[in-house]
Amino acid sequence: MDAFLLQILNGLDKGSAYALIALGLTLIFGTLGVVNFAHGALFMIGAFCAVTLQRLLNLSFETIDPSQKDFLGNPLKVKTPYIESWFGPDLGGAIIDWSVPLAILFAIPIMIAIGFVMERGLIKHFYKRPHADQILVTFGLAIVLQEVVKYFYGANPIQTPAPDALNGIANLGAIIGMDIVYPVWRIVYFCFSVLIIAAIFAFLQFTTFGMVVRAGMADRETVGLLGINIDRRFTIMFGIAAAVAGLAGVMYTPINPPNYHMGMDFLVLSFVVVVVGGMGSLPGAVLAGFLLGVLESFASTTWATTTLPGINQIIIYVVAIVVLLTRPRGLMGLKGVMED
Amino acid sequence: MFGLNTKDTKSLFIVAFLVVVAPFILNPFPAASAMAQFNAGYPDLMQKFVIFGIFAIGFNILFGLTGYLSFGHAAFLGIGSYSCVWMFKLLGYNVIPGIVLSVIISGIFALAIGFVSLRRSGIYFSILTLAFAQMSFALAYSVLSNPKFNLTNGETGLQVYANDPQWFHRDSLPDLPHLFGLSMRATHKLEIGAWEFQLNAGYYLCALMMLVCFYLAIRIFRSPFGLMLRAVKSNQQRMNYTGLNTRPYTLAAFVISGMYAGLAGGLLSAVDPLAGAERMQWTASGEVVLMTILGGAGTLIGPVLGAGFIKYFENIFSKINDHVLHSWFAFLPDGLEDFVVFLIHPFIGKGWHLTLGILFMLVVIFLPGGLVEGGQRLGKWLHRRKAKDTPSAKTEPAE
Repeated sequence: MDAFLLQILNGLDKGSAYALIALGLTLIFGTLGVVNFAHGALFMIGAFCAVTLQRLLNLSFETIDPSQKDFLGNPLKVKTPYIESWFGPDLGGAIIDWSVPLAILFAIPIMIAIGFVMERGLIKHFYKRPHADQILVTFGLAIVLQEVVKYFYGANPIQTPAPDALNGIANLGAIIGMDIVYPVWRIVYFCFSVLIIAAIFAFLQFTTFGMVVRAGMADRETVGLLGINIDRRFTIMFGIAAAVAGLAGVMYTPINPPNYHMGMDFLVLSFVVVVVGGMGSLPGAVLAGFLLGVLESFASTTWATTTLPGINQIIIYVVAIVVLLTRPRGLMGLKGVMED
Repeated sequence: MFGLNTKDTKSLFIVAFLVVVAPFILNPFPAASAMAQFNAGYPDLMQKFVIFGIFAIGFNILFGLTGYLSFGHAAFLGIGSYSCVWMFKLLGYNVIPGIVLSVIISGIFALAIGFVSLRRSGIYFSILTLAFAQMSFALAYSVLSNPKFNLTNGETGLQVYANDPQWFHRDSLPDLPHLFGLSMRATHKLEIGAWEFQLNAGYYLCALMMLVCFYLAIRIFRSPFGLMLRAVKSNQQRMNYTGLNTRPYTLAAFVISGMYAGLAGGLLSAVDPLAGAERMQWTASGEVVLMTILGGAGTLIGPVLGAGFIKYFENIFSKINDHVLHSWFAFLPDGLEDFVVFLIHPFIGKGWHLTLGILFMLVVIFLPGGLVEGGQRLGKWLHRRKAKDTPSAKTEPAE
């Protein structure tokens, strides 16, 4: 039973990443009708926002402390981050320690800006072109973004630790009298993603802006005829979708040190998630994300891998193929969305 | 000739001529000169030109004619490579059984994968093929290389070991892939003045295969079958309404292009008997898409051009480094020289993929027909300018 719950937990945090990326993909697809192969790159850029902020906060100057000697007998050079000298060692140290959560604030404006530039500068011109062209141009964009990041940050994964307070492990089972020990940050990641998903749904469901966007998803032309500038709202939705992918990336850095091709790795799986969930269905994307995450984690157990070697590597694809062939619209796909 | 019209025969002959003299025209710089590093006429690279040419021609039969964008063709390339190396391991180093088997096996896989994925079209088809390819990659990379059942040898890559059976191997035969005794690495070096040309057996075998593939592709393009595939691209729904089942046609196209990919994979192993799983990764599938689009999807010659273009510049751009750049821009004032080198630096050497990505985006945005369309536009523009220069004999009516 303990192992069972542990596998579910394991699946939920990977599933959260899938769900967040798939949610963004579906938002873009539902509003703009564009298949965005560069979405994985946005996830990756988000992760590198966290890396950048951490580096910025750690910018430091050197002072020579004559009272201490280093191992060669020279006066010791002490590096002090600017932040610590401005805010004092306690607050400054805390700010540096909490750089990953702080990167959320740093990443949101950057990701929204990137989203705007992408939509207005490139994707706008591809609404009328065939889906194959959209796939190809965003695929090219993904390569470019990935290579730019590689140029500035190198090809190796970069460690970005979580704050010390959240870096340990917690015994979750203590409440219900079982022994389930789990890293705190992964729980934080799961809660964070649930929060984001809830926020997106609430935004679409309970605000006037969200109502207009939903109306635009259903019938773009009519909404346009009613005198609403639907294009501008869709651009904003693209920015939000980019921000969601970016935040998923920011928070994922302590779990998996970011490297330049992490986006591509997640992209393929996220597409599979979107297809399984049903193209154009937001709840479907979230549901499929968590389901496939949990499924993958169960397939990685020792029992599963000894019975069917390698099942953990292919389970998601097998499920996707089966779902597509038996329920062509996916789990919660709507009629009339990308039928051909 | 060969059942082709004059225009196609001409293009076939042009391609054949270019392929035969490639070792000469790709080596324009004397061997000792500083520019010799930009020569492309060495066996390794020329083999890649023609092999990836085959791969792209095959991909074009599917994508260019039917419009189905497969993101998983590299799987067939990998399957072809593995089958060919297995033939080397079991039968010996003669390339014929390996190549034949690689075409057959990849054809079978293409039939199975195509049967499933072609039930959907558009974006779903792309994602299904992508899923299949990633699955094959995962299988080849880790699952099928366990000690009990080692089919792919995992990360190391499949290769021939000394204790392999090699039933038909005799000591008189070369210990490398060969065609009835003629080693694939046999290279005749021809020195003419300062120039050195390499005529390689492996290259000419691959080139012959490519010409056969090219000829078959022309026949397919001009056949009623090809016409049917084009009809699928332009409006599949209308085809269905006329009471025609399009799936056998698209499936046939998928299998043919899978077999082309398998042949390319087999040839890759034939010139270098090592098959690795990275050939099946989806970035490799992306590469053949790039080649086809860059050259011009749906045209005959485009994919070959695209493959050659990408492989050539991949090779050349990777070789240029800051030192070379400094020597090129030495005529500029010092500060400016450093600045220009600094500007170009991200795009060369390791930055080749950045250049490729930008180039690819530009082509998709501005020139959806690829290099071929670019050439046609240039030709038309020149033609128009010439027409403008020589005023036509037609007299203008008076106002």
